[in-house]
Amino acid sequence: MSNVGIVIVSHSPLVAEGTADMVRQMVGDEVPLAWCGGNDAGGLGTSVSAIMAAIERAWSDAGVAILVDLGGAETNSEMAVEMIGPPRADKIVICNAPIVEGAVMAATEASGGASLKEVVATAHELAPA
Amino acid sequence: MEDRMSNSVGTSVLITHEVGLHARPSVKLTKLAKSFPADVEIALAPDGPWIDAKSIVKVMAAKAPKGTTLHLRAAGERAGEAVAALKALIERDFDEGEDHARSA
Repeated sequence: MSNVGIVIVSHSPLVAEGTADMVRQMVGDEVPLAWCGGNDAGGLGTSVSAIMAAIERAWSDAGVAILVDLGGAETNSEMAVEMIGPPRADKIVICNAPIVEGAVMAATEASGGASLKEVVATAHELAPA
Repeated sequence: MEDRMSNSVGTSVLITHEVGLHARPSVKLTKLAKSFPADVEIALAPDGPWIDAKSIVKVMAAKAPKGTTLHLRAAGERAGEAVAALKALIERDFDEGEDHARSA
């Protein structure tokens, strides 16, 4: 699939899965999509290895946009991207946008075959000024 | 924008969908608009302001409720087809009405 992939990273698996459900039901199946949430012990949190696995599942040669919720989701996502390393890391962007709205909007943009840059720009339109 | 749209084709259509142009309908409208090469715009009034129908953020922000007459215009390749397809989608209540069984 050549559409940009979307990865959803939340501290809560319920939030992450629910957000992914919204993307699937509202936008459709044209975009590679993966989510992860919760720490390895089953509590709230995020895990670098789970994020890396999610990026793998949603991988597209057009790139991957990651939507995160709070602090650790972002820093762990940054770490996951760093561990994946170049050249693929150059095609992964962590979006500065609200997780649910950003995921739906980014996926809508991606479903039309938009570039990673355009997908990220659409999500960023939602960021507080 | 005005220059590009000087030769546009346009129409208007009443939104009858219960929740109006909210989240899911906005996604459908935007996706359909994106499937055409033409520039496509919508407005809540005949004299604008015109919104890029391919921008999901802008379309959703318009928050057009049920009963709104939506104005459509397009210019460029397959513009007429784009306007007709969008109008038809809105008239079908975005394929979500109770009278429209999903084909998928």
